[in-house]
Amino acid sequence: MKKAWMTIISQTNIARNIYEMTLEGELVDLMSSPGQFVHIRVTEGFDTLLRRPISISCIDKENRQCKITYRAEGKGTMLLALKQPGEKLDVLGPLGNGFTVDELQRGDHALIVGGGIGVPPLLELTKQLNRRGVSTTHVLGFQSKEDVFYKNEFAYFGDTYVATVDGTYGTEGFVTNVLEEIQPPFTTLFACGPTPMLGALENLYPDKNVYLSLEERMGCGIGACFACVCHLQNDPEGYSYKKVCTDGPVFRAGEVVL
Amino acid sequence: MSCLSIKLPGLDLKNPIMPASGCFGFGREYAKLYDLNVLGAIMIKATTAEPRFGNPTPRVAETNAGMLNAIGLQNPGLEKVLSEELPFLANYNVPIIANVAGSLIEDYVKVAKEISAAPNVHALELNISCPNVKTGGIAFGTDPAVAFEVTKAVKEVSEVPVYVKLSPNVANISEIAVAIEQAGADGLTMINTLLGMRIDLKTGRPVLANGTGGLSGPAIKPVAIRMIHEVSQKVSIPIIGMGGVQSAEDVLEYLFAGASAVAVGTANFVDPFICPTIIEELPYKMHELGFEHISECIGRSWKQHAKIAYSRT
Repeated sequence: MKKAWMTIISQTNIARNIYEMTLEGELVDLMSSPGQFVHIRVTEGFDTLLRRPISISCIDKENRQCKITYRAEGKGTMLLALKQPGEKLDVLGPLGNGFTVDELQRGDHALIVGGGIGVPPLLELTKQLNRRGVSTTHVLGFQSKEDVFYKNEFAYFGDTYVATVDGTYGTEGFVTNVLEEIQPPFTTLFACGPTPMLGALENLYPDKNVYLSLEERMGCGIGACFACVCHLQNDPEGYSYKKVCTDGPVFRAGEVVL
Repeated sequence: MSCLSIKLPGLDLKNPIMPASGCFGFGREYAKLYDLNVLGAIMIKATTAEPRFGNPTPRVAETNAGMLNAIGLQNPGLEKVLSEELPFLANYNVPIIANVAGSLIEDYVKVAKEISAAPNVHALELNISCPNVKTGGIAFGTDPAVAFEVTKAVKEVSEVPVYVKLSPNVANISEIAVAIEQAGADGLTMINTLLGMRIDLKTGRPVLANGTGGLSGPAIKPVAIRMIHEVSQKVSIPIIGMGGVQSAEDVLEYLFAGASAVAVGTANFVDPFICPTIIEELPYKMHELGFEHISECIGRSWKQHAKIAYSRT
């Protein structure tokens, strides 16, 4: 983990309110695990004050570049969306423990499920898995047709299915509707997205190897402020906890209370 | 003698900068980023007799020039702080100020007695002003008689000097400060967070799961400055000031108001290197303004000028 200035190389609006930004700098040397995130200071002033945790969607070590993909929703991310190529960003990272790809071997099959702004970190994941000879099936869920992004990027690595809540693109409904339909064979499931989606996947595959990436509001991003703690499952006393920022954001299914 | 060093009850500070309680955990996270030995002191996270999980999430919300938090004093409990956290901090040559919290006076007494006996605890910070816990916390800090009682009880058992953290959520802060001084406190720390709230326009509900939270950050600095300016003229015990400190200029403003040292809170989240940065910049800023030692800055706002009359006095 390091705090460094990174240069904005490009900024593209890829779906409704979704932006992909390419950053360049030596911080990329430290990035390895898919699912890790960076903590970005959007302004030097006091408004907005706190950093923004944003997931890394692509790591390109050779060119010392990475991509971050975010939804411009609140003031901070809207200010981030106004940044232009050439500007520099104050970036702290890489933070958190991402998805472990080492457990999977050539010939294994992984199921990758993303929902909304949970989709981006899974792109680097599928890239790394495919590089190891692991085949992947992807199921991506969005609200509507205008919200769909990275379908083609995922399709490059394996079968890719899309669900939209309003049915304007792909299967109508949720990612679970797609999963019931296609019944994919897999050894390991990796997922990132809204908590109800993660909970549904945990219940759907109780006997599989399942990894879930959680989202929570954060203060510091480095484990000091205790803003993003969650309870552990099977903890009758209720005092045990994990911090999403430093113990996660990726947890094994059954490890923490969703 | 360094131009930044200062002696306060129990605390031989090489500089007046310390991370504020609740914003620095027990130092482990920041120890990965820089050498903690550069700090004047460390105010560790509030410790209660039993482990405490804290409030449900979301526990933080951003606001203009500040943040709201409702962590709820999550901590591993006295036993673990004594056996795991304080020994870790003993690797550093930094005075530790242990923040003590509880639900009953007996809790404060128990924690204060045991934690003050730890070899590297140099002072206590009595947390009678946390706005995020339903019992204890702020209830002790808003009534002068109760604040007197808890301070006195802790003073009787503590082996190190006792600083009491004041709440800004009161009508007359000087009244509380004077009561605490009369109870034998060795110093004051001020201010704790201001009780606040934000509402989500989509759901119509408060953003924080707890409903309300404590406001911190640059937004509260003027409130803290005013209160320290007022209280420092009413008591003769030193004050450690805090609330929105982001720069060496902010530190000097606090010293001018009457603080003898300054704690940095929320700014650690914005820039984890903020404490060492301020420590490095402070001598240059002092030199620019013509000061050779920080002691010359303390209370400058009222020592050289006519006293500002407060409406309530």
